[in-house]
Amino acid sequence: MYPDNFYYSKDHEWLKVEGGVAVLGITDFAQKQLGDIIYVELPPVGKVLDAHQSLGTVESVKSVSDIYSPVSGEVIEVNSELAQTPDLINKDPHGQGWIVKLKIKDSSELQNLMKAADYERYIEGLEH
Amino acid sequence: MIVNKDIDFLVKGLIMKKTRLNAVHKEAGARMVEFAGYEMPVEYSGLIEEHLAVRTKAGLFDVSHMGEIVIEGPEALACVQYLTPNDVARLSPGQVQYTALTTPQGTFVDDMLVYCLSLPDKYLLVVNAANIDKDFAWVKGKAASFKVEVFNRSDEHSQLALQGPLAQEILQPLTDIYLDQMKSFHFAFGKVAGLDCLVSRTGYTGEDGFEIYTLAQNPEVIWKAIMAEGTPKGLLPVGLGARDTLRLEAKLMLYGNDINEQTTVLEADLKWIVKFQKGDFLGKAALEKQLQEGLKRKLVGFEVLDKGIARPHYPVFVGGQQVSEVCSGTFAPYVKKAIGLVYLPIEHTEIGSEFEIGVRDRRLRARVVPTPFYKREKKS
Repeated sequence: MYPDNFYYSKDHEWLKVEGGVAVLGITDFAQKQLGDIIYVELPPVGKVLDAHQSLGTVESVKSVSDIYSPVSGEVIEVNSELAQTPDLINKDPHGQGWIVKLKIKDSSELQNLMKAADYERYIEGLEH
Repeated sequence: MIVNKDIDFLVKGLIMKKTRLNAVHKEAGARMVEFAGYEMPVEYSGLIEEHLAVRTKAGLFDVSHMGEIVIEGPEALACVQYLTPNDVARLSPGQVQYTALTTPQGTFVDDMLVYCLSLPDKYLLVVNAANIDKDFAWVKGKAASFKVEVFNRSDEHSQLALQGPLAQEILQPLTDIYLDQMKSFHFAFGKVAGLDCLVSRTGYTGEDGFEIYTLAQNPEVIWKAIMAEGTPKGLLPVGLGARDTLRLEAKLMLYGNDINEQTTVLEADLKWIVKFQKGDFLGKAALEKQLQEGLKRKLVGFEVLDKGIARPHYPVFVGGQQVSEVCSGTFAPYVKKAIGLVYLPIEHTEIGSEFEIGVRDRRLRARVVPTPFYKREKKS
């Protein structure tokens, strides 16, 4: 369920890092908690984010939630598909439902994040 | 960690009431939340899917958290007439009416359904879960000057709602009540899945459908029989999430959001439940005065024109000035728009009037629209 090569935050974002660029999305656990997603508010390309800064929001029928960037960096691409089909996040949260790509500023910040097995234990604790 | 978890569980177990269908919901994989002190299913397969099932096929709800108050005695009719603005005298046994419990100021203690069980001596009030204790105390207090007894039967009752265009087709094979002859806002006693029930043609979704009340200890028998009958026809179990979006599309009030002890029945645009000719009732003088002087504000339906969803308590602006806040607001899955209800100054309540809603750091444009947002096509 949770890819081994991703990093995970306590706020339920995931990062897939390749060559200094991180693809960022929200986890399957997060999309299940939110339910059917209706809108995604995305940041402008070029926006520079600090770690733990809000980069946008996801709105489901019942709730609105901030998406936080677990690491600092610059937004270099946003998933424009989400404007028309925000439910990609529900259907494929770890793939086509990606949200932004970040150019990572300080890769040592990744050490603060969880690996898949730790994240799975973490959400198990939340579910009970 | 384990210690904390156990304490948490214990505390929740003590505070949260459970309906008799609790285990059935958990078995069905429902996501459970606390609502009005009850542990209730908020979602099973997904809010939008559940919402659309009710509009196109059928949905089954556990609404056992609702309150049931019985008023019994020779002056029951007179007592209910005094407590409510609608004309209860119009009800024969077997009929139901939407009305309210009003304060002397003409505001809402609660909104509710009144069932005429026996004329003129026995009525059932079906009230909101969050208000059961308040309503019971209110009714008991006001009833003291009438020859009646008031009973809170909320814990004994289970209530299921079967809603949607296929509701009758699904329920008929399971009951000895002839549903084809039951008109809207009527009820009958009979068996459902072998258990004694009161079945009314009422609901909170804007669809045709039934509400099924039983005192049986095992209402899961009814739930399972309806699911077995309906599942092949597209019936889904529906949680409180879709119940809220369904009722808002149909512009049915949610106490606490749209109406409360500060809003009058007239301001809520429910003049149709106020029958001034029927005689005296709590709030009559205040409502007559408000009608004469003219309303200063009124509850209206709106659509959000910009991209975004208006939610309860978001600030509402007319001409740059904040005038109120959103009462109910959500994305409406069937009409596929962000809609809501808000009190606006009376001069801005005309259909087509535009105003703004603050959504975080943005202002979204919104427009007053005709309500209900959704109206089902009546069978010809």
